[in-house]
Amino acid sequence: MSERASVPKEEEAEPETEQEPVTTGAQSVIRALENAGTDYVFGVQGGAIMPVYDALYDSDINHVTMAHEQGASHAADAYGVVTGDPGVCFATSGPGATNLVTGIADANMDSDPVIALTGQVPTEFVGNDAFQETDTVGITQPITKESYFAADSDTVGDNVSEAFALADAGRQGPTLVDLPKDVTQGDTEVEPGAPETPETYDVPEEADDENVQEAAEALAEADRPVILSGGGVIKADASNALREFAKEYEIPVITTMPGIGSFPEDHELSLEWAGMHGTGYANMAISNTDCMLAIGTRFDDRLTGGVDSFAPDAEVIHVDIDPAEISKNVYADYPLIGDARNVLRQLFDAMPRAPDADEWRDQCQTWKDEYPMDYDTPDDEPLKPQCVVEQFSEMTPDDTIVCTGVGQHQMWASQFWEYTEPRTWVSSHGLGTMGYGVPAAIGAKLAAPDQEVVCFDGDGSFLMTVQGLSVAVREQLDITYVVLNNEAVGMVRQWQDGFYEGRRMASEYPWIPQFDKLAEAFGARGFTLESYDNVEETIQEAREYDGPSVIDAHIDPGENVFPMVPSGGDNGQFALNEDHLDMI
Amino acid sequence: MPGPAPDERMRPKGRRNTQGIRVDPEAEVTHEPRQAVLSALVKHRPGVLSEVSALFSRRQFNIESLTVGPTVDDDTARMTILIEEPEPGIDQAKKQLRKLVPVVSVRELEGEAVRRELALVKVSGEKPDDVNAVADMYDGQAVDASTDSVTVEITGSKQKIDAAIEAFKQFDVQEIVRTGAAALERGPKTLEKDV
Ligand SMILES: Cc1ncc(C[n+]2csc(CCOP(=O)(O)OP(=O)(O)O)c2C)c(N)n1
Ligand SMILES: [Mg+2]
Repeated sequence: MSERASVPKEEEAEPETEQEPVTTGAQSVIRALENAGTDYVFGVQGGAIMPVYDALYDSDINHVTMAHEQGASHAADAYGVVTGDPGVCFATSGPGATNLVTGIADANMDSDPVIALTGQVPTEFVGNDAFQETDTVGITQPITKESYFAADSDTVGDNVSEAFALADAGRQGPTLVDLPKDVTQGDTEVEPGAPETPETYDVPEEADDENVQEAAEALAEADRPVILSGGGVIKADASNALREFAKEYEIPVITTMPGIGSFPEDHELSLEWAGMHGTGYANMAISNTDCMLAIGTRFDDRLTGGVDSFAPDAEVIHVDIDPAEISKNVYADYPLIGDARNVLRQLFDAMPRAPDADEWRDQCQTWKDEYPMDYDTPDDEPLKPQCVVEQFSEMTPDDTIVCTGVGQHQMWASQFWEYTEPRTWVSSHGLGTMGYGVPAAIGAKLAAPDQEVVCFDGDGSFLMTVQGLSVAVREQLDITYVVLNNEAVGMVRQWQDGFYEGRRMASEYPWIPQFDKLAEAFGARGFTLESYDNVEETIQEAREYDGPSVIDAHIDPGENVFPMVPSGGDNGQFALNEDHLDMI
Repeated sequence: MPGPAPDERMRPKGRRNTQGIRVDPEAEVTHEPRQAVLSALVKHRPGVLSEVSALFSRRQFNIESLTVGPTVDDDTARMTILIEEPEPGIDQAKKQLRKLVPVVSVRELEGEAVRRELALVKVSGEKPDDVNAVADMYDGQAVDASTDSVTVEITGSKQKIDAAIEAFKQFDVQEIVRTGAAALERGPKTLEKDV
């Protein structure tokens, strides 16, 4: 059971007593999903997957027909992020499977639990370049925890059970089962086994006690300690353990972007998130810490900048469930391999005392005062995006879920919304996938029907998956989409201005559609927002509309995202404005 | 109230090297590459070889040879992988290999492990007696002969085979095939027993 902000739904895998026995491979596939507690599947029909859909006809599992398979994999991903359990997506062979690929790669980068089931041409045609044949296992093997090729009707159910368990176990991630049509159509009476991980897959539970002791002593000895809380903290449902630990020992907390929500941003120990567009105070603390407790993070380059200057005075205590992350990018002085929640408890007990860090906490506070996250709103300039995000944040409950596309709007959504709960920030981090937002919001809303869902999207990102609006309308999902419309792929434009002498090649979109009208054409409600006077009122109307709504917010096209640590730079050397970029 | 500009901020004195290890900022420490023999037991099933080789190419591990073959157990195969990497790279390679689901266990074989490679060398058939004499020097033997060519088989360490091939060059080498190294630890230790 995950640490969801709302009361979790009750329909956990209650093994039904009176199940019809399976008669085909396809039925055993569906049975495996039922046994694992699946309640939603996102997908698109097609020739090779038809037997599986036919078996779904008799199941209680809900199917959401998506407008594009990319949307199916993103919706499943968001569903997995919000519930903590694997999201499921279906696609047919060939183009159906290749359309899923972006979402699978995205889930892989962010360790999101997803299981993808793809149709495949009948076994006898495999290798013949048959109609809609593609080497799905070959394509997806490098971007999944494992891709299975189902070889037999008798074992296909077990393949699915295992893939499901594997997606969920240890460091979560995507798995795939490729299902040749003859295998799903074929007869079998074999019921799939319970979801179990493969025998070769070990999940470390607790860290070595001696290592924990040494790490705890190093942390207690530190003068300038910080906690760096990554996405793994949320994945391990360790947010509460983290909060207890940080508060007890009064250690400032920085999150990574995927770690947003693991620690409340309104707490005095919070420095919010660090990295390329993180807060100045978080980045200063990264730069100057002498002991970093890093939990569930892979030290991505958008966080570290150049590793040469990353926390260069710090002893690093690295807690991770994946041994391969230890010392991959940043050397771990104290490697603690285990589940984040368990290890935090171990560390809690092992701490000899709190570090003596009054001065350091004061220093962190000084940085907060020196580098506040604020922005100007001059009357003679167009609407600032930060203001839209901030107002929305103030109007909504703490458990509101925020989804995004990728670009400047994503950064504003992460900077100016105040996150206090885990599993309320749903974004594409490692892969940086434009188009994630529209379908992610669909998955998130179905995962948490009682929570408000808002998606901040960019005009460019929105156009990539806008067809998903048809799904949101059909499923009557109460989602508020806010397009922070700068008529440009703004993040690219910002880099061109900063690093390519303002040569704006292929980054401005003067031919942008009217998103409010587009929304209405889909059957959603459309709003236009152009001035400060209407921000609150428009947001309120959109929220009150019971169904999907789209606010086309015309923002200042010249607005840029700051602070900024240039790519490969030193965390402490962030720019607060364009002029600073020239100094670095 | 914008705080100090980048050049006015406090900056730490420390430094890390490219592997993320803290170093003395004055002395640049780099790890020299070394050769390592990794022995992996894997599930014997389709796709394993491509999964392993894809891992090595994707992560840019420098691989010299990779051999695969059956073991005493029908369900498992053994891969012997020679890589040349700095220490952190070797460590990563082992960990990434272990992460693959079909991989049962991975071990680096120590320096004195028994390593053997087999080579077949096809040379001109003009001087068969001289060819045989050189083959003898390297404990090799002719395994095929025709009027135009002689094929010699040699087994041994990489160095021995390199030297033999060098020696055969005088006979106009027409074709060579080498298997890459197979290796086992000396003494009673086995990978299969202690998994
Ligand atoms: C699928 C994909 N294609 C290209 C990019 C490169 N890219 C990164 S941000 C960005 C701009 C996104 O534009 P928009 O969605 O309008 O967001 P904005 O930056 O304007 O807020 C682009 C093109 C990407 N991240 N993903
Ligand atoms: Mg834009």
